[in-house]
Amino acid sequence: MDFASILAIEILGSIAILVLISIGLAVVFGMMKVINMAHGEFIMLGGYVTIFGTTHAGLNIWFCILVLSPLIVGLVGLVLEWLVVRHLYGRMIDTMLATWGLSLAIVGLMTMLVGNTTTGISTPLPSVAIGKFSTSGHVFFLIALATFVIIALACLFKFTTFGLTARATTQDANMVANLGGNPRRIYAVTFGLGAALAGLGGGALAPIIGVIPTIGITYIAKAFITVISGGATVIAGNLAATSLFGTINQLFTYWYTPIIGEVALLVCAVILIRLLPQGITGRFFKGTI
Amino acid sequence: MALNRRQLLGTAAAAAAMTQVPRAYAQSDSIVVSSIYDQSGGLDVYGKPVADLVRFAVAEQNAKGGLLGKEIVLKEYDPQSNNQLYAQFAKRTALADKPAAVFAGITSSSREVVRPILRQAKTLYFYTTQYEGGVCDRNIFCTGVTPAQTVQKLVNHTMAKTGKKAYIVAADYNYGQITADWVKKFTLDNGGEVLNTEFFPLDVADFGSSISKIQAANPDFVYSALVGGAHMSFYRQWKAAGMLGKIQLSSTTFAGGNEHIALPAEEYNGHWICQNYLQELPGERNKKLVADFHKMFGEDYPYITELGMGAYQAFLLWAAAVEKAGTVDRMAVIEALETGISVDAPSGRVTVDPATHHTIVDVHVSEARDKQLNLIEKFEQQPPADTSAVCDLINNPDDNQQYVIEL
Repeated sequence: MDFASILAIEILGSIAILVLISIGLAVVFGMMKVINMAHGEFIMLGGYVTIFGTTHAGLNIWFCILVLSPLIVGLVGLVLEWLVVRHLYGRMIDTMLATWGLSLAIVGLMTMLVGNTTTGISTPLPSVAIGKFSTSGHVFFLIALATFVIIALACLFKFTTFGLTARATTQDANMVANLGGNPRRIYAVTFGLGAALAGLGGGALAPIIGVIPTIGITYIAKAFITVISGGATVIAGNLAATSLFGTINQLFTYWYTPIIGEVALLVCAVILIRLLPQGITGRFFKGTI
Repeated sequence: MALNRRQLLGTAAAAAAMTQVPRAYAQSDSIVVSSIYDQSGGLDVYGKPVADLVRFAVAEQNAKGGLLGKEIVLKEYDPQSNNQLYAQFAKRTALADKPAAVFAGITSSSREVVRPILRQAKTLYFYTTQYEGGVCDRNIFCTGVTPAQTVQKLVNHTMAKTGKKAYIVAADYNYGQITADWVKKFTLDNGGEVLNTEFFPLDVADFGSSISKIQAANPDFVYSALVGGAHMSFYRQWKAAGMLGKIQLSSTTFAGGNEHIALPAEEYNGHWICQNYLQELPGERNKKLVADFHKMFGEDYPYITELGMGAYQAFLLWAAAVEKAGTVDRMAVIEALETGISVDAPSGRVTVDPATHHTIVDVHVSEARDKQLNLIEKFEQQPPADTSAVCDLINNPDDNQQYVIEL
């Protein structure tokens, strides 16, 4: 029984990590059809903001994770959108190339600035004991944060004017412009939001992983697989895909080995894309957000 | 092919010019050595200290008046953690620089790229990283430790202090796999049992359910052969799950990539490791090395690593062999090394094992604590028993392969 609950927590934790690394990408891809190859680097920047905020500036770790990382990375996203991405809307391949270039540049820049060594901070949360098992308190924080992010995003898209305009812009940008909306601004804010969510994810993960300028590569593939499998519907798609992949990955890791866990995740994604080329939400959960 | 008189003269002149070049080179007053180590890319945390130690070794030797009265010139290449560049640079340096010796390679795969190229080019090769053992080739000298030298000591030490039940976590490639096999063998030899062995691809960074599995198995100790940046997360999540101090962790890879510098000390304090070299080793020889090295690279240099020391000690062996042979000629130097030459190195006595071209070294079990590796126990003059079980270059000098050692 203890073991079942600890395993359930690990699975939820794994889903939470997938949500945090992929939700920013899902927002940008789902709303704007922009494939942001620099997403992994935004995660990395978020991690560094939290690490430097706590170790060098002496700020509170929760302030760094929850406020500083998303804020700074969101601003970086806005600037890059203004400099590069906004010129390339509607040209998917060009955006991919440009953001890939950005990702290489950010990795290079960070390597120059902080060096190619792994850094990290420890989580201030104590471990949590369940029977004779114990697990990291940080896992609970990740689960809570991911839940909060999903609910907040759903509220944002459903109940605010910005959310309404943003959803309208995805359907027909010209019509929004005719009605007095400003699609350019919507795109810029959406891209910034995606970057901020990546920053938040990076900050939240910093206490349990080692942050290094090339860490983005570790996450970008999984984030993409999750987003593509989820389909165009941002929140429902992301939740469906992360729950499926997180559960499969952890269960197979537990039953067999971590290698089989990774393989099972990828095989599952391949089958899913073959059967549902439009992603999970191309067939199920239609009409949700 | 018909040649007219002019073409023939031209060709002859060009050929004459080409033969001039090496002769002019041989008459110069310098000896060239090359180093090819990753100073950028994913492996640079391993490669940088190695490249620095070679630079230091050359500078130190030149300050003593060079070798055979000649200055040593170091040609450095950075293959950027890319094996294609290893091939390119190994070829280029062998043909263009004509070095007396090449020091190269962090991973085993990079070594297997470089080794045939240098063997064909008849250029002496030193591979200086700790690795899984088994390379058997008269043109190469492997100065890093192999599992038989360190793993056995650490397993025995850990079992004596904790208990008989082991749980192995390792990186999923040949080094991790082979090291895990050795851990298993030594645990069984010592009357213990291995509850489980788990391999992790090099990019896995989420160890949550694996740590739960370890808790469920409840071993007396965990042996880690995890490698690289992503795997560093294991140690952090181990601490975050409250396991540090509950179940002992021992590793022959921890600290090799400066994990004990990169991670906050409270996340790893108390791990046991076993290496040939520790920067904290007592003794005048090592104190002097650390002082001189810090003079050249600054007091804030992160750590003089085991891998870096492997390269430094390789250079010392090569220099001693050149002095003994009185020449940098490849075969003469190989024969001098094969006399079982030894040097007084910072880690203790280092001796070439003539049959395997590996080294006999002291190894040190230590505890990682507060960014230092504190010596617990020293084991003198450990032979490369794994490689000697398969490789005998005295009776079989033309051997040229890497054996997979059957356990």
